[in-house]
Amino acid sequence: MTWKVKVWRYSIIGLVGFYLLMPLYSMLDFSTKPFAYFQKGRTLEAWKIIPSQPDLAISIFRSLVSAAIVMTLILILIVPTVVWVHLKLPKLKRIVELICLIPLAIPAIVIVVGIAPLYRWISINISESPITLSLVYSMLILPYTYRSLSAALDAADIHTLAEAARTLGASTFRMMAGVIMPTLRTGILNGSFIAIALVLGEFTISNLLNFKTFQVVIAQIGRTNGNVAVAVSLASILFVLLLLLLIPQKNRQKEVLDVDVA
Amino acid sequence: MSSAYVQLVDIAKHFGPVKALDGLTLDIAKGEFVALLGPSGCGKTTALRALAGLQELDRGRIIVDGKDITFTAPNKRNMGMVFQAYSLFPHMTARENVEYGLKLKAHKTSSDNRANRAGELLELVGLSSHANHYPHQMSGGQQQRIALARALAISPQVLLLDEPLSALDAKVRTQLREEIRRIQLELGTTTLFVTHDQEEALGIADRVGVMRNGLLEQIATPAELYDRPATSFVAEFVGLTNQIKVEVLNGSINAFGSNLDTLPGSIKSGSGVALIRPESLTVKKDNGGNGKVISTSFLGSICRVTVSLEDGSRISAQMESYDASNLTPGTHVKITADKVAVFVK
Amino acid sequence: MSNNPNRGTGVTLSSAGSRYWKSKSAYLGVIPFLVFTGIFLLYPTWNVVTGAFQDDKGQFDTAKVKELAASPIVRNAFYNSLEISFKTAIFGAILGGLFAWALTTGKPGGIFYKISVALSSVLAQFGGVMLTFAFLATFGFNGVISSIFVKLSPDSFLAQSAWLYTLNGLAVVYTFFQIPLMVLVFLPTIENMKPQWREASDSLGGSAREYWVRVGIPVLTPSFFGAMLLLFVNSFSAYATAATLVNMSDFLTPLQIGNALSSEVGGANPQEAKALSLAMVIVVIIVMFIYAQIRRRVSRWESSR
Repeated sequence: MTWKVKVWRYSIIGLVGFYLLMPLYSMLDFSTKPFAYFQKGRTLEAWKIIPSQPDLAISIFRSLVSAAIVMTLILILIVPTVVWVHLKLPKLKRIVELICLIPLAIPAIVIVVGIAPLYRWISINISESPITLSLVYSMLILPYTYRSLSAALDAADIHTLAEAARTLGASTFRMMAGVIMPTLRTGILNGSFIAIALVLGEFTISNLLNFKTFQVVIAQIGRTNGNVAVAVSLASILFVLLLLLLIPQKNRQKEVLDVDVA
Repeated sequence: MSSAYVQLVDIAKHFGPVKALDGLTLDIAKGEFVALLGPSGCGKTTALRALAGLQELDRGRIIVDGKDITFTAPNKRNMGMVFQAYSLFPHMTARENVEYGLKLKAHKTSSDNRANRAGELLELVGLSSHANHYPHQMSGGQQQRIALARALAISPQVLLLDEPLSALDAKVRTQLREEIRRIQLELGTTTLFVTHDQEEALGIADRVGVMRNGLLEQIATPAELYDRPATSFVAEFVGLTNQIKVEVLNGSINAFGSNLDTLPGSIKSGSGVALIRPESLTVKKDNGGNGKVISTSFLGSICRVTVSLEDGSRISAQMESYDASNLTPGTHVKITADKVAVFVK
Repeated sequence: MSNNPNRGTGVTLSSAGSRYWKSKSAYLGVIPFLVFTGIFLLYPTWNVVTGAFQDDKGQFDTAKVKELAASPIVRNAFYNSLEISFKTAIFGAILGGLFAWALTTGKPGGIFYKISVALSSVLAQFGGVMLTFAFLATFGFNGVISSIFVKLSPDSFLAQSAWLYTLNGLAVVYTFFQIPLMVLVFLPTIENMKPQWREASDSLGGSAREYWVRVGIPVLTPSFFGAMLLLFVNSFSAYATAATLVNMSDFLTPLQIGNALSSEVGGANPQEAKALSLAMVIVVIIVMFIYAQIRRRVSRWESSR
């Protein structure tokens, strides 16, 4: 590396790094301030209170349940469909792809608008359950999921695998479950992490549909107790970051860099 | 101090514990076409890149036309380089790629002259009709020809080719290497060509340097390398050989009924392995012979015959197909060796 | 080509008719998917688009759309949304792009690289709520930087937190998640640049500057603009941050939509919400279309490798 390159490299990293890390540091700083502002020193008060916030624990639990529902939906509906279309119905590929990309063009807020009447109908006639929310979330995640599945399918040459399985006598079901799914395992795993991150970070839809999800609760806490809200936010960032760093190296980089969406 | 046009003097470069170059010394005369041949990791590409200025050296000097350019930046060395792949600028047409060097400050040329020169070179590589095509619209072979034209556009002192044919189809490879040689002869450009394919190297170079572990094992004309290898590595790397156990006595051996001289570099006496080329062996149908045909491989004008010997070992002989027509598997044969000097290790 | 899974039995089917239906049976496989996306994706979309042109009784009526298009508050919010999206897209693209380049100059796959990429993916998904808190912790009352300025120069705008609530202040906050998004989207493009290009340029006599001006930048430019468009859409659609920061406000289109909705879910002003949403959707679709065109051209280059 020539010195010119070094100068550019370090000044850019310094500048951008500062922009990005400063707020994170501030969160750490803010969350460790004592509650009475005239007091000095640091305290972990705010952090210690976290477990005792009732709404918080429930909302985290709900979010995880939501994430589980989303992941299940991906596994039993999206993945089989995408694989099926790739294998059997190549003509429909474009249409399915287009559908999966709609959430990119339709911002979350617009989806809320469109789904409001349906949601009302469901909550009146069926139940006011957060499951509806999960179902909407799974739509939001479609572009990400579709892209990584599509890439994995193309790379894995699914036709050859399917034919090989078929000539060896496997039924359609066995072929799907036993041969194709395992091939897509890492793609699905990454999709799951994205699902968790999305569910935990989602605010728009849940707020406007009056669900107390994780983010909504944080916002609520923020109105009364800033320190705690900030502490929780920082904790969740670190949690997701840790989760992400645990994905096996090669795949994580590819998946993460596949985020080509707003 | 030699007066060669290009001199690499005792150049060395290590990457961690690996010695890519271990004190290589190489001379290239003006207008000469030298090929560096060797297995992967032997240092041939490192040597080429060092000459280009793209690779720093631990020690040694590089002298071109009397000037020491060891520490000169690559963009001041006036060398044209053709890479194995991907080197054409994707956003430019073939013509624009070829003109690139001439637009730079280093080679400032008026736009008329530039256009003429580009036209000349596109003509030279036979791609005038593709002048306005983009790289992705051309085949691999065509892209490499444009890359060659681009490198030659600046009239470089030395032309460097880094395995330019390795990424191409077999048929294209043979065609293109003839092209490259033809153009080089026409322009008289001093050239260094790196490859791992011995047929390529032997086929077009004036001299071929066989490299191993960062050093030159031997550098000689293709014929000399083939007939008079200096080391067992060269003997085995270049062309095919049969390995025959023999006894060396007074600088000669006895194999298949003939007394053969040993080449310099062979062991002087005792048990050894002689490296005999297939075409030096002749196989004739003979019921009392010392071998039995296992299989024959028809290769057009020549035929390769695999024969098993009494001791169970196998040899491969190469002969005119006509002479091998009665050699079916199972035939008993007699093997004789031509009187050529062989390497014994 | 029949992909009928029942074929393998070798039993010939009795009539052309049933053979026809058997071969179409593969289509059954997509039905669940279509039903699902139909309800939760296509229906809301259709609802928004058509609902914008309806009146209370469900008749086709462009009155609402015209009313909104004329309203200064609505137009103002729309321009604000466009403005903030534009600014943050540019700044995010430049800073993010430079950072992506800086990453490529280091060890590929090294510790710094890995952490930067991981952090970028987290921050790009960063919820608006948390983002707001992060910035309040920095610049708000008792924030880290504002406290410093209170001591150093109490009159400067940085000593107060009011500036955060302006359009430009919000832009600073938005850029925080634009930068990582840019890194994620643009990094692959930079990494795709072949070292051979630079080496070829060098050996032909080009200086670093000539390389960048003639090769580097021209090759990167389309992707750079494509990425910038994505950033634009991202900012344009953002709701959470603005909503958290400026609680009862309506100076951005997403906020207006939110207000129109939450007076009572689907209650007070559904058409307004839909009409505004339609406007957003149109902008987004136009931008995404341009983006797709750019991608297609660029991938033609890339596919030659």
